[in-house]
Amino acid sequence: MSGAALIEAREVSCTFTVSGGFMKEKRRLQAVSRVSLRIEPGEVMALVGESGCGKTTLAKMMMGLIAPSEGTIEIGGRPLASLPRMEIARSVQPIFQDPYSSLNPRRSVGSIVTQPLRVQKDPDPETWRRRAEEMMEFVGLPQRLFNHYPGQLSGGQRQRVAIARALVNRPRMVICDEPTSALDVSVQSQILNLMQDLRSELGLTYLLISHNLAAVEHMASRVAVMYLGRIVEEAKTGRLFDSPCHPYSEALLGSVLTPDPTLGIPDTQLGTSYPNPLDVPPGCSFHPRCAKAMPGCSVRAPRRVPAPGGGAVACHLHDEGAALDTVS
Amino acid sequence: MEKAAPMVSLPAPEPSPAALLRRRIFGHAGLLIGSAVLIAIILTALLAPWIAPHDPYDQVLDRKLIPPVWSDGGKATWVHPLGTDHFGRDYLSRLIWGARISLVIGFSAMLISGVIGTVLGVLAGFFGGRVDMVANFLITTRLSMPVVLVAIAVVSLVGSSLTVVIWVLGLLIWDRFAVVMRSATMQVRNLDFVAAAQALGCSKSRIVFSEILPNIANHLIVVATVEMAHAILLEAALSFLGLGVQPPEPSWGLMISEAKGLMFFDGWLIAIPGTALFALVLSINLLGDGVRDVTAPGGV
Amino acid sequence: MAAAPILEVESLNVAIPVPAGTLHPVQEVGFRVTRGHTLAIVGESGCGKSLTSLALMNLLPPRAARTAGRLALDGQDLLGLSEREMADIRGNRMSMIFQEPMTSLNPAYTVGDQLVEAERRHRRTSVTAARDRAVWLLEKVGMTGAGERLRQYPHQLSGGLRQRVMIAMALMCDPDLIIADEPTTALDVTIQAQILHLLADLQREFETGLILITHDLGVVARLCDRVAVMYAGQIVEEGTARQIFRTPAHPYTRGLLDCIPIPGKTRRGAHLGTIPGIVPSLVGSMPGCHFADRCPHASGACRSGPIAFRDGAGPGHRYRCVLSLPSGPARPDPAP
Repeated sequence: MSGAALIEAREVSCTFTVSGGFMKEKRRLQAVSRVSLRIEPGEVMALVGESGCGKTTLAKMMMGLIAPSEGTIEIGGRPLASLPRMEIARSVQPIFQDPYSSLNPRRSVGSIVTQPLRVQKDPDPETWRRRAEEMMEFVGLPQRLFNHYPGQLSGGQRQRVAIARALVNRPRMVICDEPTSALDVSVQSQILNLMQDLRSELGLTYLLISHNLAAVEHMASRVAVMYLGRIVEEAKTGRLFDSPCHPYSEALLGSVLTPDPTLGIPDTQLGTSYPNPLDVPPGCSFHPRCAKAMPGCSVRAPRRVPAPGGGAVACHLHDEGAALDTVS
Repeated sequence: MEKAAPMVSLPAPEPSPAALLRRRIFGHAGLLIGSAVLIAIILTALLAPWIAPHDPYDQVLDRKLIPPVWSDGGKATWVHPLGTDHFGRDYLSRLIWGARISLVIGFSAMLISGVIGTVLGVLAGFFGGRVDMVANFLITTRLSMPVVLVAIAVVSLVGSSLTVVIWVLGLLIWDRFAVVMRSATMQVRNLDFVAAAQALGCSKSRIVFSEILPNIANHLIVVATVEMAHAILLEAALSFLGLGVQPPEPSWGLMISEAKGLMFFDGWLIAIPGTALFALVLSINLLGDGVRDVTAPGGV
Repeated sequence: MAAAPILEVESLNVAIPVPAGTLHPVQEVGFRVTRGHTLAIVGESGCGKSLTSLALMNLLPPRAARTAGRLALDGQDLLGLSEREMADIRGNRMSMIFQEPMTSLNPAYTVGDQLVEAERRHRRTSVTAARDRAVWLLEKVGMTGAGERLRQYPHQLSGGLRQRVMIAMALMCDPDLIIADEPTTALDVTIQAQILHLLADLQREFETGLILITHDLGVVARLCDRVAVMYAGQIVEEGTARQIFRTPAHPYTRGLLDCIPIPGKTRRGAHLGTIPGIVPSLVGSMPGCHFADRCPHASGACRSGPIAFRDGAGPGHRYRCVLSLPSGPARPDPAP
């Protein structure tokens, strides 16, 4: 562990109470359980996993929108819970998936992009418009759109507005929750290129949440794979995509459909369904779907151990102390 | 089929929301007719002292029950275009002054109930959980009370006057506001732009006032028109039962009530205020429907 | 191998009146689907791919007008059929699978009721026989405990299972053709792979024709025999999957393929290709190439009149462009 991480989650958990229905007992849904994640300045950290695995909940905790039930999150070495709302907003900003719902339809583009300055009570109101226009130009939006409304813009333009809004206060970190999955293919590449340019020019750090694994491989420097609220593997992008250690990472990466007509549809070897998060399997929560499951997997939860080739993995296959009788 | 939707939105730049709204308004016949009739009634009410030909309270007993000009009886005269009632009061003047009562009661009761219902509904929808439970309890309680019976009870306790009628109605008809505002708020609350505002550090009140309210205002306007029409009809009903506006005030409901004994001989005594009431309520409802149509999603 | 096409479409057009004029979301679309084969119609939102599929089923919105030179299912002309006759073909000889299985299954009925109803709407079979077929099909689509599943309601199933039910329902009447409109877009990648696997297997086993409407080039490359690329209401290129992905000829197809990062080929962190500009408005008539305004090779010839198809790299490959075939494969094979 070196220097100060830009943002660090330590053993954070998030539990929701779900009503079981009329006159039924309330149930606890553990959306995130004991996750530790450290993001260094300048990194692009990607969080991948199936829907319902807790990636969005983790991201919301990192923005201070949801308080963790356990554990702490620190921004620049200071606990997030003790920071004023405005200060968190200045350091971390989100970009959402759906640019149709992330912009208030009743506000003009100019009003949306200057909103962060207004909310932060920026001391120079006379510079707001100029700064917003500069930021719009920076993200590739013509200034004539300043007085337009979101309804008049295309999906790609809307996503650029959302990016301009996130960046106008110059945050250090941007949390991108599926930033391109609602966009057309030709627009996706424009937004990904823009995100790359902004990162190098503004020195941003990204937390990229995506199920588009091709985009993740293209953008990210490190990847964390989440399954049922836990990080099961974390490694540098190259290592993870070349030789995934956890059987789940392997299955997930194996199901990516690259546009290669000589290959058929991969067989993921995963059981049919994602388990109900209200009823997490005991031991390693992945064992019912795991092709390499061993008898001990349903009893003992795996520890997080250093993975061969770098990074960390939580799997009995790689924990020498726990399982020496592995069948390969 | 919903599949067609993205097609239409694609062809490049759409007109500005203001232009689009203008085009929709002027293409909506119901909205235009409703607003025209309502504006005419409001102007009549405002200008009552100048345009009413007679004093609405002035009783001239030897000129009572003159029929309106279009009837063929020999008594009809242009001095009293709509005739006179059984006390010899000019019916047109009473009708014109009566518009004031209907509008004042409708508007004030709508305002009171609108404030109560909106506050309750928005709070319930925004905070959810316990707040929502309490709000739901209040709404259910209110819905289980019969409006007319409660109004009768209150009026018989505290006596009847214009103010009492306004407050009774205002305190009784906020349920629709609360229900509609609650579900509208819940919908908007879960949209990403609200999360974006939270992430920008906006306070809760700022989110409610600048992010949520502008996006549910169209629902609010629609419910407001419905409730205004509702209040006007309830006032007429209460006055008809003798529990609303008291004589000799010229309320349309009261005019119908006063004429009910003569229903079979001089039907126009009921038909005229009835038609006025019908026109007012219809125009308000047309306006509300029109507002709903022109501000429907896709509009702005 | 029976080469007779199960579906023939020629010059299919759709016109929708809008306040500004007439929208032409589908223009002169033509293709053939063979029994046991898969045709992908691929394109970005607004290219007309979904409306094409609705036009085939005669399920267009009421205002939309459909015209076609020929539209035949297994040799039978569909153009002259009454709504009643068409209703008997839909769900029977042609069935459809939609993107969001939750909204296309009726939440008020059990899975079993809906499957049985899907067959008994078109066939005079007994409830028991239909139920047996439903159980058999649910097992075919990989659902465990099929007998139990019949009694479940759609909300009790996960997204992947619901999509399996939709596939089983589409197969209830043993159709000649299945149209799947973005069948896996709402699903996770792991489930997507399973569902596609299943579709491919069943389609081969039942020898149905399959039209897959999608925007996902990966799905297209892996699953489909033939590919039709649509842009702004027209098919701009058509060929086998190998022809389209190895020797794409139309500038739009090539641009689209450059937009997606391909592991092992695209340098990590490098700029991806982009297609500048926006899709043109399809209101009114547009004489020349629809892609001309965004095309790096556009010239005067592109805008002067309708663009005819040219022959591409091999048999059955054609593209709508004035340029001759680009030399050399645009996308070399991946290094071994």
